Amino acid sequence: MGDLYQSQRAMRAMRKAAMQRGVVAILDVGSSKIACLVLRFDGVDQTGDMDGIGPLAGQSGFRVIGAASTRSRGVRFGEISAMQETERAIRTAVQAAQKMAQIRVDHVIACFSGASPRSYGLDGRVEVMAQEVTEHDVAHVLSRCETPDIGAGREVLHAHPVNFALDHRSGLGDPRGQVGQNLSCDMHMLTVDASVVANLAHCVKRCDLELAGIANSAYVSGLAALVEDEQELGAACIDLGGGSTSISIFMKKHMIYADAVRMGGDHVTSDISMGLQVPAATAERIKTFYGGVQATGMDDREMIEINGETGDWEHDRRQVSRAELIGIIRPRVEEILEEARKRLDAAGFEHLPSQKIVLTGGASQMPGLDGLASRILGQQVRLGRPIRVHGLPQATTGPGFSSSVGMCLFATRPQDECWDFDLPVEHHGVKSFRRAVRWFKANW
Amino acid sequence: MQQITATRPSYYRPAPKPEPRAVKSDPAPSRFWYRYERMMLTPLFRFALRVVAPFVLAVLAVHAYFADQERSDNFFLMLHELRTSFVERPEFMVGAMTIDGAGPILAGDIREVLHTDFPISSFDIDVGSMRETLLGLSPVKAAQIKIDGNVLQIAIEERTPVLLWRTQDGLQLVDAEGFVVSAAKGRLAHGDLPLMAGVGADVHAKEALQLLKVAAPLGDRVRGLAWVGDRRWDIVLDRDQRIMLPENGAVGALERIVAMAQVQDLLERDVSVVDLRIGNRPTLRVAENSVENWWEVRKTSLGVKE
Repeated sequence: MGDLYQSQRAMRAMRKAAMQRGVVAILDVGSSKIACLVLRFDGVDQTGDMDGIGPLAGQSGFRVIGAASTRSRGVRFGEISAMQETERAIRTAVQAAQKMAQIRVDHVIACFSGASPRSYGLDGRVEVMAQEVTEHDVAHVLSRCETPDIGAGREVLHAHPVNFALDHRSGLGDPRGQVGQNLSCDMHMLTVDASVVANLAHCVKRCDLELAGIANSAYVSGLAALVEDEQELGAACIDLGGGSTSISIFMKKHMIYADAVRMGGDHVTSDISMGLQVPAATAERIKTFYGGVQATGMDDREMIEINGETGDWEHDRRQVSRAELIGIIRPRVEEILEEARKRLDAAGFEHLPSQKIVLTGGASQMPGLDGLASRILGQQVRLGRPIRVHGLPQATTGPGFSSSVGMCLFATRPQDECWDFDLPVEHHGVKSFRRAVRWFKANW
Repeated sequence: MQQITATRPSYYRPAPKPEPRAVKSDPAPSRFWYRYERMMLTPLFRFALRVVAPFVLAVLAVHAYFADQERSDNFFLMLHELRTSFVERPEFMVGAMTIDGAGPILAGDIREVLHTDFPISSFDIDVGSMRETLLGLSPVKAAQIKIDGNVLQIAIEERTPVLLWRTQDGLQLVDAEGFVVSAAKGRLAHGDLPLMAGVGADVHAKEALQLLKVAAPLGDRVRGLAWVGDRRWDIVLDRDQRIMLPENGAVGALERIVAMAQVQDLLERDVSVVDLRIGNRPTLRVAENSVENWWEVRKTSLGVKE
């Protein structure tokens, strides 16, 4: 964990440097599109110390000055499969965003959805050194959390301290300064495949950019799509992306679970492509124009022209009713949602006090999806769009840009992660000396 | 014979060919263009390109051009010719010099000192330094120089000598402000000027003139003034008489003595020195042997026989 600790700290330092310089770029590497936003920070400490002043706090500190998105190439299931192609796509997006912003960006915060994220809940317990809990104690308890065997080739992407408990009081957000004896902590740790992260870092580096942070898109789209009370009371965010569907559960403003289903809107497209014998581009077009998941009697009569360019006149002049199209789309969407349901059940979502589920992502724009989702996922389903941030162009405010907007929030108001605290230096001599000092304090 | 014609159903008509859509791969900037655009968006680089580079280029070009000696010589020669052709236009040329208010000797001196070769352009005449030069001449009290049309007009105010000053080096002429005008040719040449003597007397010429004015009633008896010990005046009369004046209030003291001389004929008597150096104790020094002479006179006049 030491190496990762260092690299995450280095990225954190770089992010701070980028904020000092005032410009940072957001890169959302998705399976269907790659989006790049350029953020300009107005004042770093403008809202830093005023926690909880309102639901829109934290956005006043920055402004989006450049936005661009391009069709993704070489990314499958949210993972980079063809590095050259992906690099070209990233270059396209970054260059267009830079051109709009009229400023050069050097630091990039990237997110991706794949790499099979896996959640772990950890807990640690430590005895408080002095009477009051200090930052040192917090770092100590975080380092005491037992790390399970995360498997070979896995890396920790997020490690959030979710909850602190001091003696018999639980649910503390910030135990510093409080008086107690035993400090325990619950930590949520998210691991991903190391090779995917390394590929992404390499790709970004090949574009002459510095990777100043990395995030899971399930986490950041939850940040953007869930409103504040949903984050507080407990809700799940399902980001229906192109190549993968990522699921995150929030509680008390912390992510407590994240997972991904390796199916998404692209699979629906490929189903249409196979079912109607049309190229993928045509299938995508038919899906976005006529797609739906709830067939009605009207849909039987609505015929859709399937244009083609094969040269076979009969083949190119086929027509298909919308009901048939829905018949192709619906099973796949049901499959995706059922898979998501399974993941939520595995996480124990039904035990949460609030069962809110928010659907976001590009594939959530399909008409009738909320009705279908409420049958599978439960009654409290809504479609979520990312919250508004300053300067975001209209074209990038749709649900497909949830994770991009969430990255802005992630960049401006990062939550505490394990590596924000200095790991305690565990020298034996120091420890025994401290113990001696404590003994003196207690007895004299 | 009937012609055989084949009719086709309408659906055999070839469908209008759809526009061949260009199969365009996704556009992406090449690595070079990507880097180029990023560089062009760098503020420092843009500043360098917009300001520094043109400046450096211009400086380099000028340097390269003037690195050749012949070319730089030609350039400066051209500049010089350009200036000359403008400066030497007839309306700027000064052809003559007039000197007003100076005697012939001084005028000759002035011409010699200025030694200007006419005609000369008025741009090349430095009137200020010329005036300084003229004021450096001792007989010149004030000088006015102006260029009027094509004539350099010099108006001089000469110093007028009012005193003769006898020094170790001979007689000097001194004006009322104490400036030495020139050397005098001889005592007789300036018979109308009063005489003064003593080291540093020229500085106090103004006081000397005041004293002379006060001493006017004494008439021809005044021989001259002597500046004694660089601190006070003596008035030297004929018959070896001397009036020693104090350092301060010399004029007042002399006025008193002159009044006394007029009323009581003090100076007609056989007195060699009237000493006024200490103001509240004026002293008379009777001339040597005068008492004996007086006795002789009385004896003679009374006819007393020894």
